[in-house]
Amino acid sequence: MRIFDPHIHMTSRTTDDYEAMHEAGVRAVVEPAFWLGQPRTSPATFLDYFDSLLGWEPFRAAQYGIAHHCAIALNPKEANDPNCTPVLDHLPRYLLKDRVVAVGEIGYDSMTPAEDLALEHQLQLAADHGLPALVHTPHRDKLAGLRRTVEVVRASELPPERVLLDHLNETTVKEAKDSGAWLGFSVYPDTKMDEERMVAVIKAFGTEKVLVNSAADWGRSDPLKTRRVADALLAAGFGEDDVDLVLWRNPVAFYGLSGRLDLDSLTTGATHEGNSILRGGE
Amino acid sequence: MIHHRPPTPADPAARPGHPAHTAPAALRGSLTARLDDPARAWLDRALDEAADHPGTHGPISVWELRLAEAGRRCGTEHADAVRVLILHAARADTAALDRVYRQGTADERRAVLHALPHLVPGPDALHLVEDALRTNDTRLVAAALGPYGARHLGPHDWRHAVLKCLFTGVPVDEITDLARRAHGDTELARMLGAFADERTAAGRPVPGDLYRVLALTAPPHADGTGIDGKET
Ligand SMILES: [Zn+2]
Repeated sequence: MRIFDPHIHMTSRTTDDYEAMHEAGVRAVVEPAFWLGQPRTSPATFLDYFDSLLGWEPFRAAQYGIAHHCAIALNPKEANDPNCTPVLDHLPRYLLKDRVVAVGEIGYDSMTPAEDLALEHQLQLAADHGLPALVHTPHRDKLAGLRRTVEVVRASELPPERVLLDHLNETTVKEAKDSGAWLGFSVYPDTKMDEERMVAVIKAFGTEKVLVNSAADWGRSDPLKTRRVADALLAAGFGEDDVDLVLWRNPVAFYGLSGRLDLDSLTTGATHEGNSILRGGE
Repeated sequence: MIHHRPPTPADPAARPGHPAHTAPAALRGSLTARLDDPARAWLDRALDEAADHPGTHGPISVWELRLAEAGRRCGTEHADAVRVLILHAARADTAALDRVYRQGTADERRAVLHALPHLVPGPDALHLVEDALRTNDTRLVAAALGPYGARHLGPHDWRHAVLKCLFTGVPVDEITDLARRAHGDTELARMLGAFADERTAAGRPVPGDLYRVLALTAPPHADGTGIDGKET
């Protein structure tokens, strides 16, 4: 089984996680830029963070046979802090880089005017740089947040077919699907979605344009949730091709819109022994 | 216009076609033969642009833009060579190389290190080598010990870099001029011996490369100083 986790914050995880993920079948990840738990106080710390997403972290992943790509953005929460917003001026030079496969994660946290501005600005940056966008939907007041997000996407230059709406659940999946965007589901130990609910959503809404991620970070989360969902789908009677579509081909198709997905690089990577698993599957 | 330096002198660590060890004209020749048509056309245009508009223009010069996208245009396996050629065509000076390195991904930083022997005659860019040696990215560490590092690193930093290779598993064949610099280096021999003792005391294996380097440190002829001799 080959697994692509389309949203995971590996910076916050250990090498034991990388090892366990590889063991579970994870061969590729996308790490979106996000909030580190401790508020940043200047754009400079964002730059160091972005550099690590394009330097140390892909190197670390390669040691464990996992292809690492990233999405770069000012996250929704810190879009409200005037100490942080000047980082927007630095984004263009990052959005040119190899292995940056999306703008993200962007979207709404508290639905403030500052978040409106940052979201609109960064959707435009995505359009300008030929990148898709990973758009997080808010945890509080979720359906209203989803509706407002869809409106802002519609008004932007970025077509919905190049947008992944993330952290969806039973209450938001229908309207998200109607918008024409890709559908992301974060499977968490307690909150967001769990494996069984995920299976039920896929039964009801199908596998088309559906992506499942662990969104694992520094909080209570589990980087093996992608594999758990794959197992739950198989146990529920879905075929291996359905599982491969949701856990591999859909994320490859979405981030492939960037033209920058490089799944062969493990064969030349660092000290890791080359493997050809990504070409043909297991 | 310029700058085709003579090829780096033959070295056991030199690999044919390696971007740090191959003169730019020859590098372009071997690379062109391996690229497909769209990539070759892209490279030709990128090099022309860089040659016609070197230096800094606006927030990001067009040749810096080409550096950023080299991997996806020409393939990851050719990106180092392509980036070295673009830097060379743009006649990047130390200030430009410094900016590209600081603003670069790990891959771009590695390319800057490979470009140093072709572009910087003196030790002005040594701080970039030192920065790379502070990382734990083995590809950067290996690139830092290319021809430029071999030429300009001082004895102390060079010895620590050799030891770091043994610690992090960088094959010592990656170290340019290893035999010449190690020859008669009794201080390096002492450090290697101490490292081997530490490993042995811990019941851990001694890296095989260590004994190879240790053998290289032997002085030209037995003169009684052995590995207890003073650093010269
Ligand atoms: Zn996230």
